Amino acid sequence: MSDSLTYAYYPGCSGAGTSMEYDMSTRAVCDKLGIRLTDIPDWSCCGSTPAHTVDHSLSSALSARNLQLVEKMDMDTAITPCPSCLTNLKSAEHRMKKDEMREKVNKLLDTPYNGGVATKSVLQILVEDLGLDALKKSTIKPLKGLKVAAYYGCIMNRPPEVMNFDDPEHPMAMDNIMKAMGATVLPFPLKVECCGASFGIPRKDVVMKLSGKLLDVADDLGVDALVTACPLCQMNLDLRQTQVNSATGAKHNLPIFYYTQLMGLALGMSEKELGMDKLCVSPRKALDAIGKEEKK
Amino acid sequence: MGIVNITKTYDADFVKQVEKESGQDVALCYQCGNCTAGCPYTFAYDIPVSRIMRLVQAGQKDTVLKCKSIWMCATCESCTTRCPNNIDVAHIMDVLRHMARREGHAPVPTVKKFWDSFLDSVENNGRVFEVGLLAAYVAKTGRFWTDIDLGPKILPKGKMHFKPHEIQGKDEIKKIFKRFEEESRK
Repeated sequence: MSDSLTYAYYPGCSGAGTSMEYDMSTRAVCDKLGIRLTDIPDWSCCGSTPAHTVDHSLSSALSARNLQLVEKMDMDTAITPCPSCLTNLKSAEHRMKKDEMREKVNKLLDTPYNGGVATKSVLQILVEDLGLDALKKSTIKPLKGLKVAAYYGCIMNRPPEVMNFDDPEHPMAMDNIMKAMGATVLPFPLKVECCGASFGIPRKDVVMKLSGKLLDVADDLGVDALVTACPLCQMNLDLRQTQVNSATGAKHNLPIFYYTQLMGLALGMSEKELGMDKLCVSPRKALDAIGKEEKK
Repeated sequence: MGIVNITKTYDADFVKQVEKESGQDVALCYQCGNCTAGCPYTFAYDIPVSRIMRLVQAGQKDTVLKCKSIWMCATCESCTTRCPNNIDVAHIMDVLRHMARREGHAPVPTVKKFWDSFLDSVENNGRVFEVGLLAAYVAKTGRFWTDIDLGPKILPKGKMHFKPHEIQGKDEIKKIFKRFEEESRK
């Protein structure tokens, strides 16, 4: 099995910066599970949201340069932890199936991209290629006693015909992983609701309102923490949680983990190697709940 | 929204252009309102997304291209995912932004300046340089206090780098932007 679990890895820009704990924990977890990642050499930015709001050929060209690099590695599948990178890489591949768009994009590139590289999220290959049974078997420190809700953000699974993974309205991949590794997972009604995305800087009021709503609902559920798969969602909910509190008069103190950080704990890794110290809201209370019997 | 007299203001070329660039048939929208019901941004919009669809059908180019909503859409894909007629509404919103940019409209200047700063950062470094992006945005907007309160939270974490990551293919990225500009001028 382990032979086939080999992928070209696209960390994304935030992985080298504000979401470095996501990148660290993703690499650590994959390594532990026998998933081989080879970094795409000299990868560049996918263009994120700003590029596709300017033009689709520009956005696709920025993504296609990376898909081309995967082609040069003689690999056919790239994986990325970041939903924004994922949607751009997948949309570029999807759009370039049309001759007119392919021609337009190739005009912008040094050499034409032939197409055929698949991109998947790390979440997808964990569930589909490795499988929940393998995760259960590898769990040596179950997340027992920890109550979480899984928050996917808006674009991990949407639009469904491009993303081709899980349910666009009610995804379960992260819920199932957390359950398999022993956590108590509560159903989160806002699991695909937008957090305010990249408006944190230009229109903070929008993020305060949307992320505020997510934190309110999560706290009402009584979870110890939220688990996310998106660097931007994590940043809005964790780094900006104090801003949300001052803007809305709330008193949230809710840790926001990357799901890979909690997976790493269950696989027996240390808090340090999973970058737990990089989180802004202290995860201490939630981490201390792990392994303790719940009070009856 | 007031009554639109389409005998005076219907712009057929606009409708055709939106359909061509988005690959969507806007006539399929029968105003069920599902897109607006699911849109998390309606509170920040001046025109709800279902009305934008209606205004596109009615060829109201000026109203649509000058509205704030198309700059406040985050492409969360709720509208596209939930449209009962399989219209890729988010794609139409993207195309409307493209057109608004070409016509020089930017009614939410902070959003445009943020996106532009982001792309400048990609053009210059090949990857986004977060600290540089923030500095460029502050310089463009004069909003010196933007997120200054977050500094003490994030700086000790060692997550912000003060130098861009240099990539070898930097020039290839610059060329993508340069060719795009040349193509756009044609």
